[in-house]
Amino acid sequence: MKSAVIVFPGSNCDRDLAVAFERASGKKSAMVWHKDVTLPDGLDVIGIPGGFSFGDYLRCGAIAARSPICRAVVDFANRGGHVLGICNGFQVLTETGLLPGALMRNSGLKFVCKDIDLTVETANSAFTNAYEKGQSIRIPIAHHDGNYVASDDLAARLKAEGRVAFTYQNNPNGSVADIAGILSENRRVLGMMPHPERLNDAQLGGTDGSLMFRSLVQSFVTA
Amino acid sequence: MKARVFVTLKSGVLDPQGEAVKHSLGTLGFSGVNGVRQGKVIELDLAETDAAKAEAAVRDMCAKLLANSVIENYSVEILA
Repeated sequence: MKSAVIVFPGSNCDRDLAVAFERASGKKSAMVWHKDVTLPDGLDVIGIPGGFSFGDYLRCGAIAARSPICRAVVDFANRGGHVLGICNGFQVLTETGLLPGALMRNSGLKFVCKDIDLTVETANSAFTNAYEKGQSIRIPIAHHDGNYVASDDLAARLKAEGRVAFTYQNNPNGSVADIAGILSENRRVLGMMPHPERLNDAQLGGTDGSLMFRSLVQSFVTA
Repeated sequence: MKARVFVTLKSGVLDPQGEAVKHSLGTLGFSGVNGVRQGKVIELDLAETDAAKAEAAVRDMCAKLLANSVIENYSVEILA
């Protein structure tokens, strides 16, 4: 599996994400700077990491989504490429329009940083096939703006199409329908607020996140 | 030519910050505040001297960056 991680000024989970890709695949992940205009050839998956790109100025992810490399990421996704956006990466993906809806200030107004329990809502994606539908997993969140907003119609459609990837068991931020992560229509773009790359090593507290990276590697080995 | 952009949340989109401000106003004794919605004002200093062209350009900026049409509305004021 050939992976790349996009790095913006203010990204702070880029290295953790690269380590997660590398451990699962055994191959080095390419770090791609936001001012680059092209991606490395032959990529299977692009990761958009957590952090505070451009200081969250204007809106979270708004400036990053208009950076030169994001044009290449959108083209990659539109050609059927796989893109994983975590936390700020999810915010960036909604700002590019690759994923619907938006992320707003947590309903409790506070930054929330803790391990939380998620339910895996679908195993039908390259990101979640090593999980089981209905499985309960523990993954950390760390965000101030993770309140997923979608119209009732959109939320119902995401659910009906099986595009809700993860839900919160105890909603920490006010997200509509407890949504923690969603898939694009072709199921190849995943955005999620929780950080699977942060529970990817037993010595760091757990390995529930590592299954996501194993899912990806399995998908691209058999593909 | 200067322009001012007002970005506001669409009706129906919950505004937790506005709610917190409303609560705080109540705590300070300002009764009768039925609702608070928080938004943004963005001031632009433009090289353009034609008001119609300036407004068209600023509306394009709003659509492409300054506002997120999923959750926000915007209005544009061109100042002399």
